[in-house]
Amino acid sequence: MKIPPARTGHRLRIQPLGDTALLAELGTRLDTALNTRAIALAAALKKRRDVRQAVAGYASVTVHFDPDLATHDSLAAAIKRLAAKHPPMAEPGRLHRIPVTYDGPDIEAVSTRLGLSPEKIVELHTRPIYRAFLVGFVPGWAYLGPLAEELALPRRDAPRTQVPAGSVAIANRQTGIYPLPTPGGWHLIGRTKVKLFLPDSDPPCLFRAGDRIKFFSSQG
Amino acid sequence: MTPTLRVQEPGLLTTVQDLGRPNAISSGVPPGGAMDRFAHSAANLLVGNDVGHATLECTLTGPHLVAERACLVAVTGADLEPRINGEPVPMWTSFFLAAGDRLTFGTRTTGARAYIAVAGAFEADRWLGSVSTNLMAARGGFHGRSLKSGDVLTNAWEPRKPAVSGRGLVEHQRPGYDDHTLHVIAGPHAKRLSPEHRSLLFSAPYKVSRDADRMGYRLEGPQLVTSGDELLSFGLVAGAVQVPPNGQPILLMADHHTAGGYPVVATVVSASLPIAAQLLPGDDLRLVEVKVERARQMRKALESALESLRTF
Repeated sequence: MKIPPARTGHRLRIQPLGDTALLAELGTRLDTALNTRAIALAAALKKRRDVRQAVAGYASVTVHFDPDLATHDSLAAAIKRLAAKHPPMAEPGRLHRIPVTYDGPDIEAVSTRLGLSPEKIVELHTRPIYRAFLVGFVPGWAYLGPLAEELALPRRDAPRTQVPAGSVAIANRQTGIYPLPTPGGWHLIGRTKVKLFLPDSDPPCLFRAGDRIKFFSSQG
Repeated sequence: MTPTLRVQEPGLLTTVQDLGRPNAISSGVPPGGAMDRFAHSAANLLVGNDVGHATLECTLTGPHLVAERACLVAVTGADLEPRINGEPVPMWTSFFLAAGDRLTFGTRTTGARAYIAVAGAFEADRWLGSVSTNLMAARGGFHGRSLKSGDVLTNAWEPRKPAVSGRGLVEHQRPGYDDHTLHVIAGPHAKRLSPEHRSLLFSAPYKVSRDADRMGYRLEGPQLVTSGDELLSFGLVAGAVQVPPNGQPILLMADHHTAGGYPVVATVVSASLPIAAQLLPGDDLRLVEVKVERARQMRKALESALESLRTF
């Protein structure tokens, strides 16, 4: 079920995820253009009658289909056609400005490991406008990035068993906010009072894939 | 609506479930719903409901329920020894309860999860398009929680079809729960396994570890080594078999994380998910590779079994 490269030059791999779903991988890089294409492809697929659900990943789309209306092969052909088209001009995602108190329990350890002052960490973390590449894992969690290269650290060796909701964290070239108290292996550099998981709203989360996020220090 | 069933004892973990909330996946909310979709659907059809209506999912020990008025019920899935007023009643068959009758359960003999349906379904909270209970968010089902003693369940509506008792599903039409073979289709990252580890995955015995719940099961067995760069996170599905860095596979179930970046080396086919749903910690299982066409035949066989219940 290998599909030749799309005209855009990226490698498209389409493979079964069981008998009623498939995974279409557009590429393997953390890349805003790839993510934009994945989100556009998921949106186009959702309009099809034979597709029950299409969820964009960083650079992929997971497609749940109705096995009475489609097969892996028929859907793979449709995805190939859709992916070869130029994606529509992406609308800029909604901009969220998030106040952060940069006093997380890991800020000193991060400062030591990176050889950067806490002030420099705040400056580097608040400088970019991040992209929400993917909403998922747990309710309301969004993978944000790319994080400045100077701040890149692998995940903690021992994950915490409980991270408080609202913790602002970094790992590798990514950053994110824990929406709920959950276990977590990222470095906690700050906290925010902004609620990410909104169970009584629909959709029940603040960030959507493609949104833009700007952090600022609430300490001024 | 008038009360239908009163909860005298809730059992270990009894929750309202339906077929889940697929539209919430893109918000990171697990799809949820009944772990054993076949048993859930059959219970509903046996009492004249639609497959998507609310049932009770009862884990390991069943509840003790008292009928507040006459109603038609069915019990499917795991055999937790259902009884009316102490007398055993057959499973996979609809039967009437009179007002005051007690529906109780004895000792578990097979499986992990039984389903109880009542004609007219259960009144329940709808959250993001589904009445399935999400305990983490405390939403959906019976006030977002598992049942407690003293709870009173009401009908969602008066039964729309004439009630027929004694409808049943014969054994050969049900999933073969005793055969712990889970049929799988090779996953998108199966090539990250060496040929030796790939054949181990599809032949060696695995065991469900103690770390097993509605989110998924950690499996114990031969350690698998995957090669290649770290993957970018992607959308996951129930039935996916992930391999984390420690090499012990994880089988994702109804309340799974919606996205992740571990290699998916296999996916349990939809016809084998009911069998997976009935596994307990300590149970042995095997993952046997099949092609898409075989998975389709297995799915069709279960669908036609359910279809036979619609034609009454």
